[in-house]
Amino acid sequence: MKIIVCVKQVPDTKDVRLDPKTNTLSREGVESIMNPFDRHALEEAVRLKEQYGGTVTVMSMGPPQAEEVLREAVSCGADEMVLVSDRAFAGADTWATSYTLAMAAKKIGIGDIILCGKQAIDGDTAQVGPGLAQRLDIPYVTYVKKIVDYSDGTMRLQRMMDDGHDEVEVTLPALFTVVKEINEPRIPSLKGKMKAKKLPVTALTAEDIGADPDCLGLKGSNTQVVRVFAPEFKGERSMLTGTVEEQVDQLVEKLNGLI
Amino acid sequence: MDYFLTEEQQMIVDVARQIANEKIIPQRAELDEKEEYPTDIIKTIAQADLSGLYIPEEYGGFGGGSFENILALEQFARGCIGVATVFAASALGIYPMIISGSSELKHKYLPDVASGKKTAAFALTEPDAGSDASGIQTTAVLDNDEWVLNGSKQWITNGGEANIYSVIAMTDRKKGARGATMFVVEDTDPGFSYGPKEKKLGIRASATRPLYFKDCRIPEDRIIGRVGTGFITVMKTLNISRPGIAILGVGLGQSALDVAVPYAKQRIQFGKPVISFQAVQHLLADMAIQIEAARALIYATAKYIDSKPKSISKVSAMCKTFATDMAMKVTTDAVQVLAGYGYMREYPVEKMMRDAKILQIYEGTNQIQRNVIGQELNKEYSRN
Repeated sequence: MKIIVCVKQVPDTKDVRLDPKTNTLSREGVESIMNPFDRHALEEAVRLKEQYGGTVTVMSMGPPQAEEVLREAVSCGADEMVLVSDRAFAGADTWATSYTLAMAAKKIGIGDIILCGKQAIDGDTAQVGPGLAQRLDIPYVTYVKKIVDYSDGTMRLQRMMDDGHDEVEVTLPALFTVVKEINEPRIPSLKGKMKAKKLPVTALTAEDIGADPDCLGLKGSNTQVVRVFAPEFKGERSMLTGTVEEQVDQLVEKLNGLI
Repeated sequence: MDYFLTEEQQMIVDVARQIANEKIIPQRAELDEKEEYPTDIIKTIAQADLSGLYIPEEYGGFGGGSFENILALEQFARGCIGVATVFAASALGIYPMIISGSSELKHKYLPDVASGKKTAAFALTEPDAGSDASGIQTTAVLDNDEWVLNGSKQWITNGGEANIYSVIAMTDRKKGARGATMFVVEDTDPGFSYGPKEKKLGIRASATRPLYFKDCRIPEDRIIGRVGTGFITVMKTLNISRPGIAILGVGLGQSALDVAVPYAKQRIQFGKPVISFQAVQHLLADMAIQIEAARALIYATAKYIDSKPKSISKVSAMCKTFATDMAMKVTTDAVQVLAGYGYMREYPVEKMMRDAKILQIYEGTNQIQRNVIGQELNKEYSRN
């Protein structure tokens, strides 16, 4: 079973602050971590490998320092690392990102399963996973909370819903995005850490993946962030006074005024 | 302080620290309260490749020395010395085989301990034999090609949880200490059983039980070393394991300091944080001095042990005595710094203080350690 896990390096949300002047994310001194949902995707991939055999390739599109999360993934059981990195990718929205990842996945071979976290904690869009599947023209299941069974190229999964779950059957190759309920990610192992130290990274540029330059980065993005800001709290409040009857009358009057 | 660890040693510390922070610390209060054996933490340690840290590579281990083992134990102990004791006691149970066992025994038992599939225990103490190991009553008699064990062991850490037991028994009582022999007993051997779990003051995550041998028959080749070498193996084992107990005192002391200092910074009395008062500062300073001194002694001793010197009993006993007396003092002072809050179970230092006491007792009381040191000094100064 050949599995690709898509991971993203994100700022640790414990430390994220907005710069009050520029209204942009202040990344200064903020620690970078592997997107928490991606850790669950990786764990599931490693468990599948342990059960059915195969390899786990971890892939990230990002700046050169994203190599850190790839190495962390190897210390937790991944076998290969692919870093998709190029200045041309800068400013990509989910549309351009899913295009870039799809081209990279085709380059390395899409394998049997692509696993992603349900969303990244910085952008919170939850679009790249499904977008990638669409571009690769393979089926996908989002919010997977359990892999129930696998046989003859068919996988049975549970998709988390608000009021329970759907049980879904899907033919491989396919892409799944996972929720944190699916497993508890393991702690890096000593041998994994030693392997991660030495393993070379496969680096792919825009040219390597044969991408159309017009579809990349800011240029290839359909959305652009105009402004990021923290909404101001404008809640108004007033206290009703008087006897209970008076207060009820005032409340009814106010409510009527709102309709 | 930077102890100039190698890259590999730093990785061991990092992995063990992550286990302590993410798995042990969040669970320790509950494990203590419920007196529960930490099955899932032991599994996590195995998955992180730390179970076989001290086991030679040819038997599936990491091939680390005393120093590597101590680095991991210190982090586990910073989490909970009940959990760290489970790990350390398994090492203690398997060291006799590493030290004196036949190649066959090693191949049979070490790989499963290295992979974390099995755990071990060390069975020396009996109702009438503790510090005075010559009082051992358990016997082993060779009957055809099987050893038959009879007797009982008391307060055995990991008893009832471990799969493999290193057991010392008398094979010839007339010969005294030279009549003792060590054996490997498996939990499934006929005639082997264990009693109820002891209720303890501290280290409640570890299980302590009596073991019973009633015509317990084991194959002849389960002997560790040769007939009559049991005590020598026990002494060699304890010499190696004592720095491992000592470092539990350092990890424990450090965790107490890690609670006490932030508390002293945020607790306001007389309009100031209590850390601004000299009385409190001196308490904290003495804690920090003692912890660092113990750490430095143990690290140096572990490196010395790894250089395979002739005699380590004095330095090993020095580590155990100094660091565990320190842990008792430091945890007691941590409770003092937190005062009323420290005495309450809502805060972690009362558990640390309860846990610390065992360190001065098990693997040879600190009084026995001082005897060892004293005897070694007597020998040293008699040579010229």
